[in-house]
Amino acid sequence: MNVWIAIALTAAGCYLVKLIGLLVPAGALERPLVKRLAALLPVALLAALTAQQTFSAGHDLVLDARAAGLAAAAVALVLRAPFLVVVGAAVAVTAGVRALGW
Amino acid sequence: MAEQTAPAPPVIRDGTPAKPDAAVVRDALGVGVAVGLSGFAFGVTSAGSGLSLLQTCVLSLLVFTGASQFALVGALAAGGNPFTAAAGAFFLGTRNAFYGLRLSQLLALPKAVRPFAAHWVIDETTAVALAQPSRRAVRIGFTVTGLTLYVLWNLTTFLGALGAEAIGDTVAWGLDAAGPAVFLALLAPMLKSATERATAGIAVLLGLGLLPVLPAGVPVLAAALAAPAVLWAQGRRTASTGGEKDPR
Repeated sequence: MNVWIAIALTAAGCYLVKLIGLLVPAGALERPLVKRLAALLPVALLAALTAQQTFSAGHDLVLDARAAGLAAAAVALVLRAPFLVVVGAAVAVTAGVRALGW
Repeated sequence: MAEQTAPAPPVIRDGTPAKPDAAVVRDALGVGVAVGLSGFAFGVTSAGSGLSLLQTCVLSLLVFTGASQFALVGALAAGGNPFTAAAGAFFLGTRNAFYGLRLSQLLALPKAVRPFAAHWVIDETTAVALAQPSRRAVRIGFTVTGLTLYVLWNLTTFLGALGAEAIGDTVAWGLDAAGPAVFLALLAPMLKSATERATAGIAVLLGLGLLPVLPAGVPVLAAALAAPAVLWAQGRRTASTGGEKDPR
């Protein structure tokens, strides 16, 4: 049930912000400070999410095979690999490191 | 309203030779197919996080903005309550409002069509639409990217979730690394200047540092404060170095 509440809130919220963009007159959100904040918020959230989902298990900080996978994704990004290759590299390296018993 | 009687936005250049429709469609398909296929990673991650097949598919059908979907299932899997989990996903989705602002000028859609077009206002459709030279090309680019991505993203979400249920232990297959890799791939092109890199660095420290002490889901929201903090610090620095001496 909790999951359905989260899904309903997310679906409604995410749709509304998309619609607001198309409906409000330009200018309302065009203030420089608002624009800069809007550009930086995703950066902060994505960075925190990447770190948490790589280095956490519940409330504990851990270093495990996912870190190797993320490093592989980073290398793929530096080499300008396509999106799917980046994700595939992370998955394959993580699985490989686990298979080696780390 | 004044905006509606204003002349065409500057992107419509007079005298520019029209880009062939086929070229626009080709660009749009390239993006739509490549990103649409990564719904597979979402389906696997979501099912691996304990969401049902139906819940996973409803997310892709109704939320349809990848980073928010990954964030939501990640927060739920970590034991976050539905409100903080949804809040994180919502904040990630707010960038789409700014895409909509640009697109509403370029697409110039009738009011009745906007509620339907809104669902497709995401990173990829915006990127393709903004790259087009004429209104006709903008509309074709937006529609083809949106349609391809929507169909493929939902199809591959379904297949990914089915696959994850079939193989059982998604962790052994390294599939728990798909979510962070997707986030990193979305983040990398945004790290253009020192401002973005400082924001990301502080957010990582906040997100990891607060993880042991705050309830699940809350540290990510706290990490979002890195954005206003960096802007504030930057504002102070430019105020103290630029212009006349500060009397304070």
